[in-house]
Order: sequence, then structure tokens, then C-alpha cells
Amino acid sequence: MRKLLLYLIIITTGIVFIARLFYLQIYNTSFAALSEDNAIKVLYDYPQRGAIYDRNGKLLVTNQPSYDVMVIPRELKPFDTLEFCSILKISKEKLVNQLHKARVYSPRVPSVVIPQLTKDEYAYLQEKMRKFDGFYIQKRSLRDYHTESASNVLGYIAEVNDGLIKKDPYYLSGDLIGMQGVEKQYENELRGLKGIKRIQKDRFNRDIGPYKNRKYDTLPVNGKDLTITIDEELQSYGQKLMENKRGGIVALDPSTGEILTLITAPSYKPELLVGRKRSPNYTRLHYDSISKPLFDRGVKGEYPPGSPFKAITALIGLQEGIVDTKESFSCNHGFRYGKKAKLGCHSHRSPLSMIPGIAQSCNAYFANVYLRSINKYDTPQEGIDNWKKHVESFGLGNYLGNDLSSGSKGLIPNSKFYNKQYKYPTYKWYATATISNAIGQGAVLATPIQLANMTAAIANRGYFYTPHIIKAIDGQPINIENFTKPKYTTINKEHFEPIIEGLHQVYTQGTAKSLQIEGIDICGKTGTAENYTKVNGERMQLTDHSVFIAFAPKDDPKIAIAVFIENGYWGSRYAGKIASLMIEQHIKGSISRTDLEDWVLTHSLEEEYAKPYSGEPFKINQ
Amino acid sequence: MARSTIVAIDWLTVLLFLLLIGFGWGNIYSASYGDEVFSLTDFSRPYVKQLYWIALSVIIIIITQAIETKFYERFAGLIFVISIASLLGLFLFGKNVNGATSWYAFGPVGLQPSEFAKAATALALAKFLSDMQTNINLINHQLRAFLIIALPALIIIPQPDPGSALVYAAFFFPLYREGLAATYLIIGASAGTLFILTLLFTPLWVVLGIGIIMLMILIKNRKHKPRYSRYLLTLIVITGFCFSVNYIFNNVFEQRHRDRFNIVLGKEVDSKGIGYNTNQSQIAIGSGGWTGKGWKEGTQTKGGFVPEQHTDYIFSTVGEEWGFLGATTVVILFIGLLIRLLYLAERQKSQFSRVYGYSVVGILFVHFVVNVGMVTGLLPTVGIPLPFFSYGGSGLWGFTLLLFIFIKLDSNRVNEW
Repeated sequence: MRKLLLYLIIITTGIVFIARLFYLQIYNTSFAALSEDNAIKVLYDYPQRGAIYDRNGKLLVTNQPSYDVMVIPRELKPFDTLEFCSILKISKEKLVNQLHKARVYSPRVPSVVIPQLTKDEYAYLQEKMRKFDGFYIQKRSLRDYHTESASNVLGYIAEVNDGLIKKDPYYLSGDLIGMQGVEKQYENELRGLKGIKRIQKDRFNRDIGPYKNRKYDTLPVNGKDLTITIDEELQSYGQKLMENKRGGIVALDPSTGEILTLITAPSYKPELLVGRKRSPNYTRLHYDSISKPLFDRGVKGEYPPGSPFKAITALIGLQEGIVDTKESFSCNHGFRYGKKAKLGCHSHRSPLSMIPGIAQSCNAYFANVYLRSINKYDTPQEGIDNWKKHVESFGLGNYLGNDLSSGSKGLIPNSKFYNKQYKYPTYKWYATATISNAIGQGAVLATPIQLANMTAAIANRGYFYTPHIIKAIDGQPINIENFTKPKYTTINKEHFEPIIEGLHQVYTQGTAKSLQIEGIDICGKTGTAENYTKVNGERMQLTDHSVFIAFAPKDDPKIAIAVFIENGYWGSRYAGKIASLMIEQHIKGSISRTDLEDWVLTHSLEEEYAKPYSGEPFKINQ
Repeated sequence: MARSTIVAIDWLTVLLFLLLIGFGWGNIYSASYGDEVFSLTDFSRPYVKQLYWIALSVIIIIITQAIETKFYERFAGLIFVISIASLLGLFLFGKNVNGATSWYAFGPVGLQPSEFAKAATALALAKFLSDMQTNINLINHQLRAFLIIALPALIIIPQPDPGSALVYAAFFFPLYREGLAATYLIIGASAGTLFILTLLFTPLWVVLGIGIIMLMILIKNRKHKPRYSRYLLTLIVITGFCFSVNYIFNNVFEQRHRDRFNIVLGKEVDSKGIGYNTNQSQIAIGSGGWTGKGWKEGTQTKGGFVPEQHTDYIFSTVGEEWGFLGATTVVILFIGLLIRLLYLAERQKSQFSRVYGYSVVGILFVHFVVNVGMVTGLLPTVGIPLPFFSYGGSGLWGFTLLLFIFIKLDSNRVNEW
């Protein structure tokens, strides 16, 4: 018994120790991480972010060096804060605050104290750096812009926020990430890969050489250069034309879906969002809630498309077989569909068939066609849903699936929409209740890029390529099926010719007669879209939006364009002129009609935009 | 040496010894090498020195095996006296290393007499207990046995080296084997349990809890006319003990001692201060995983995060670089050696050899438990080496001497009657 007890004690001890070892080494995994943390220092080597070129190889964005002052809080030693602050031109409170934040974030992991010093600030600080233990300088690169336009397309880069760091462990405090536009969408291509150097440390936190003979170290991989589809010259020109106006211009190459220009106005210079001045500038732009310079109207602005939509109404009519090109409808300053209900129209000769109907933009003609295509079906619900199916095949009413970092769906109503609006089945509704859709008003909303895409689909006689911004990565042209495979509309090819003829006559004898360009066959459509806004909770009607779509040349389309000018009144007043100039610039490379150009450049709509905020009663459509 | 003696040597024990020494040196090498080229003449390196210590221990082994068994028994008293004298001599000629005056310096070489005193004490105790006239059940003889054990311990404590003094608790093993009443064991175990309970909770709660338990036992046994006075006396003694433990802990102990207990009991978390060693050692072991980071690949070991890693904390290197499998192997080797020695001790025909054998088991066991317990964070920090593993010449020689005297005694058992 006595002998046994000693054996027992010894064996029990052995079991207890093995159990303890099992707990420490196998069961509890936190030790391995702790070990990693305290024995290895990780240094990062930041690669060059990829450059961005325009479609003609013009350099748009490169890099410039920048220097961040970093701190590892637990390595801080007392230092001359006064000197430190005066070198960096910051207040002591700010320094104390930053150091506190860094310590809370992690005592061992580096945090940024002062981001993005310029070269000069860095040169001065570098000499003094040895006095400040625990601080070091991390070199990064900032963007350097060689263009003053396209800021909405290019986007910008900024320091990652805490949320992003948690989501993707690749990013560390102070790292830069694309926040908008191409920079955001192609972040992974542009950023490259950080190089990692691991340094073995001893317990005094001294470096004692590379960890495992650099076995796990990696070299930085430079970011890839992007070529985007934008034509910088055209983009800049469009932006110049848009000065003192609000709205968007989107121009596509119908044969590829490449976005030639994506203009929003008002805009800002891309260099405003670089470096230390990024934050105050961004705040200023962000809080301009009236002109909204950060709001990309080209892809996010949802407007009633107005008359250009009539082309779709006509195409659906032909496809559904409820009208042919010869039938005429009369117009008596509008279309009467109820006792007091009337869709008004301007004065023109009457009656009109399809082609002059488009050229003269007769509301009554399209109201008739629209009603027939809905009423062809037993119920207005079926009719509307069938209509929507056709409309959507032009890329309207939904995201286009492009490679832009933002966008809007627009709106193409379906039966559910009207059932809800008219409280069906308590009340019934009929096709006439949705009559405004015929002329692109009512519930229909579209973004400029959707309209440009719709125009491209018409130009191509029935198909389009999803609009996209990427042309080549590191010189290799992209091969993304979504962008290289045509998407067909529900309308047969042969129905497009009369519509295109109508659109051509808009220029030769219709609403845009004054905007012809010598030697180019243009097809286009003016639009004048009624719109409303809310100022201080009060709904009021504003001056109509000036809308224009066009493509050219007629038989071999090289450009499809949509122009929206907020409160520009009728279609050819602003949008038409701008579209015409853009087409001439793109196809001819220069402008012959300098008087037209001067008119656009010298006319401002700022007064118009100030009206609703003046607090005084105002008149619209003057 | 006669041929028969060599055959009679317990080669299994020798094999275990060699395995531990060899693996131990490998880990010392890993824990103390830098970027330098391996050179046998670079005496600034612990692993070089340890290699020489190991080589020289062969001399000790040969001497212990050459000496007649009778010598140990006959001169046990004298050896003990010399050993005590060498311990006392430290107060006059000792060299202060790291705050402890426990070394004699011979040029660059230091010797630690306390490492050899263990073997001497074991011999003296064996001699005393094997005396025909000694009866372990007499209080008088018990006191004398305690005196032999306590004398070196009491000299070592003020050096100060409380860790080495603690080792003398190991002589419980032979005393118990030779028939010391189990009451001592029970009292010892109870006192230890109460000590920990009092630190974990307050003395009041402990006393209250025990009171309630005793009351329940009383109620259960009331039909058998329990002796109430005994219950009461026990409770009073326990109460006194608990409160005095509380008092001693808070008023007599120094803060560093309190900290060591508090950290193990989980009452304090302080990874940078006093608990740093233990914490770093646990990180090193814990980061080893199943198979470890590989020899010389331990990041914690290489970074020198664990202080005293090649001496007292050498086991953390094993844990980090050889993982669970390696560390478990070492534990099993030790348990194997201890069980083998226990078995050998029991088969001795002479009481002298048996007591000595049990002493060897006890000493190795206490070192093993206290050291591995400390390194894995199960026990408070007490700085004593892991036998055969830790760096240190005196320690290595002391353990070698201790073990091989027993191997000699064992090999001669056939001649004992």
C-alpha cells in the first residue's frame, strides 16, 4: 500500500503535466498568436500603385511620394513635444489625442500620427527623427493627377477606415484604398501587393536579424496600369461646356460599349482630394447639398427621360404589330383621353405618321401608339408588364451591370407599381392612367448612362454592349464576357430603320434642325422633361430639364450620347447644342461652329438654380 | 571494477540518464547559441561549458563505480559533516552571484555546494535509518531524522536560496517508506490544502465551510456517540491555522512571494511584471503546437523572451521547439526514470541502499515537479533546475553523483546480506 502510493504520486504527476502540456500546446491556440506578436516584427514595403491612362494613351494618374509619421506606442520614450509639434505644425492637443488613439488601437502595432507629409516637410523632419524614439516614417505614394477633369470617373484614394481594416486583413492603419470610381472598382489591380519583411526581435525589442533567413519574406508586387475607355480630350471639352450648368453627359462607343465620356456637373478637380488637404476639401464638397459636386449625375441622377423615350414607344408599337409606319394620327394641340384629361402638344402640322411624328415629337401620336400597345392585352396589368419587358431590354429600369462604382436603377413601372398606386383591386385603373409613360414622363425615370445605352442600342439596330470603363490592364485588352458579348433587345432589327429615319429627320427638318453638322448624318431626339422638387417641404415645379440623345454617323455609329441639363428648358436649348458640339468634337476633332460654342460657354443657369432658394415667388420656363 | 559489477549495473537507468543528458544539451545549445561558429574553445558560451561539464562527469561516474559500496555507508557521517562545513563556509568565502551567496569560485569555474549536499544528506539519512537501534516510530528518533534533513536546509535558506531548501522536503519519500506514520502525510496534505483555500478565499469562509462539513458528519454519525471534544479541537486548530496563514501571508511574506502565489492562483494578471517569466514561458511552450517549431527554430527561444531559459526554464525550449510530442516524451522519460529507480530502491536488500534509493527518487521527483510545474505555470515561481537538463555544472555533477552512487549500491546488492 505504502509503495503503491509513491508510484501513484509519480504517475499522477506525469499525467497532470501531460494534460497541462496538451492544454497549452494543443487546446489553447492563443499562445501561438501571442508568440507571433511578440517575437516577430513585420515591416511592409509598399508597391507603386498602378497608373491610369485614357483610351488614347494619355497619362491621367501617376504617383507622387508622401510620408506618414507613424508611432508604435509602447516604444515611445519621453520627447520634446514642443519641438515635435512645431516641426509638424500641429497643436499639442492634436498630438496627445493622436497618441492616445494609437495606444487604444494597439500598443504594438504602428498607427499613423500625421499622414501624408510633403517632400519638404519630410526632409526637415528626417534630420530630427532620431530624437523621437517610437516614431518612424513610412513612405507611401499619393496620386498625382495630370488631368483636371474626370474626377468622378477616376475616384480617389484615402486612408482605410476601421471598418475596412476589420473586413479585409490586407489593410493596415494608414494604408490607402480606392474609395470611388476606377480607384475603387479596380483597387485589387491598382494596388499591387505589399512586400513583407519579418524581423526577429529579442525581448528588449531589438532587431536581431531576418526571421528564418527571409524564408517568409515577400517582395512587393507593383500595381497594374489601367487603360480606361475615357477620351480625356472629349471629357475635358464636355466638362468645359458644362460650366455653370448642372447635369450629366454620357457618350458611348456603340460598337463596343466603351464609355467615351462620363461627365457630371458641377464637378471638382481631382487633385483636391489628394494628401492632407483631402479631408477638409472632401467635407466642403460633401456638405454642398445644393449643387452636390460629389453626386455623379451621369450614373446616379434619375431624371424623367422625356421625348427621347418616344423612340422606344414607337419601337414597341411596331414590334407588337399594332401600328405601321404609314398610319397617321391627328393632333389637336394634344391628345384628349377623358372629359378634362388632355396630354398637351405644341403646334405642328397634323395628322402625322411615324417618321414625321418622331421628327416633330408629337405627343398625341405616341399617346395613341402607347395606348394600343397596352390595350392589345386583356388587362392593363398584362399590357404594362409586357411593355416593361420591352423597355427593360434596352437596359432601362435596372443597373446596367457595368464596372462603375456607383449607379442607380432608374424606374420603369410595372403592374404592381400601378396596382399599389391606384389601390387595385378596390379601384380599377386603365392604360390611360399611365399615359405619360408614352412620352417618357410620369413614373419613368432613367439615368443619363441608361439613356446613352438606349441610344446605342438604337444605333446598333437592336443590341448593345454593357457600358464599361476598363479598356486594358497592363496593356492587355480586357476580355470580360459581360462587356464583349452583345445584349439583344426584344425588338426585331427591321423595326429600327423607320425609327432611325425619324431620328435623322429630327436634324434635317425637326426640332434640332438648327444643330446640324456639315458632313455628318446625325440621328437624335430632343426632350423637355417636366420636373418637380421639394424646397422646405413644399412641392414645386421647376423649369423643365433640357434633354437630348443622339448618335452619329447614322450608318456607322461611332458615338451615342445622352445629355441632361437640369432646368435647361427645352431640349435643343442646351442639351441639343452640347450634344451637337460633343459629336463634332469627337468625330471631326475640332469645332467649326465657334458661335455655337461661344453661346454654350457664355450661358449660365446659375440664376435658374438660385430661384427656388431665393424665398421669393418665381416663374418657370422663361 | 570486476566484470560482474559491470554486468550488474542497471543499464536501463544509465540509458535513461544518457537520453536526458543528450536531449538536455541539445536544448541548451538551441537556447544559448547566437550566430557564432561552433567552437569548442569558446568558453563564453553556456553550451560549450556544459559539454565540458558533461565530459568531466564521466570522471565522477568512474569514481563512484570504483569505490567500494561499504565506503559510502561507513563514511556517510563524515561526508555529511564535510558537506555541512562547505555550506557554512559559504558565509565566509562564498561568491555572490545574482544576489545569492551560494558559490565557491575557482577561477572561472563556480561550484555550488548545495547541489552536492543533497547526496550527502541522503547518505546520512540512510545511515541513520539503517542503524539497528533506530526506530522511526519513536518521537525522539523522528526528531533526529528531521534534524539531519533540516540542518542543510536551514543553512541554505538564508544564502538566500529557498528553492534549493525546498528540495529537502523530498526526504519525505524515504521516511514514509520506512514507516513514518501516515498521520504526518495527512496533516501535511491538509495543511497544504487549507493554505491554498485560505489564499483563494478568506479564512472566514474556509472555516465556515469546514464547520458546516463537520456538522454534517456529526449529524450523520450521531448514533455512534461521537467525541464532540475532538471535533471541536480540530475546528479550533483549523481556525487558528487558517488565520495564521492569512496573517503570515500578508505580513511576513514579502510582496514578491505573495505575487508568485497570487499569479498561480489566478488572483492577479500581470504579464509584464512579476509574472513575466511564467507568462513568456507559457507563450513559448504554447506556441509549439503538436510537433514544435523545430530544433533551433523557436522564435521565443531565439528572441530570448524567456529569462534564464537555458537554466531553470529549459523545458520551455523543449515545448517550443519539439512541441507537445517532444515535451511529453521528456515527461515520460522522467516518469520512467523515477519509476525505474523506485523499483530498484524497493529491491535493495540492505536498508541503507533502500533509504538512499528512495531519497534519490524523492530529490529527483521534487526537482521535476517544482521545475516543470513552474515552467508550465501550474506552480509558483521557485528557481530550481530540471535534473540532467538545465545548464549548470554543479547541478549536473550533483545529480550525476546522486544517481551513480545509487547505481553502484544497486549493482552490489547481490553481495549484501
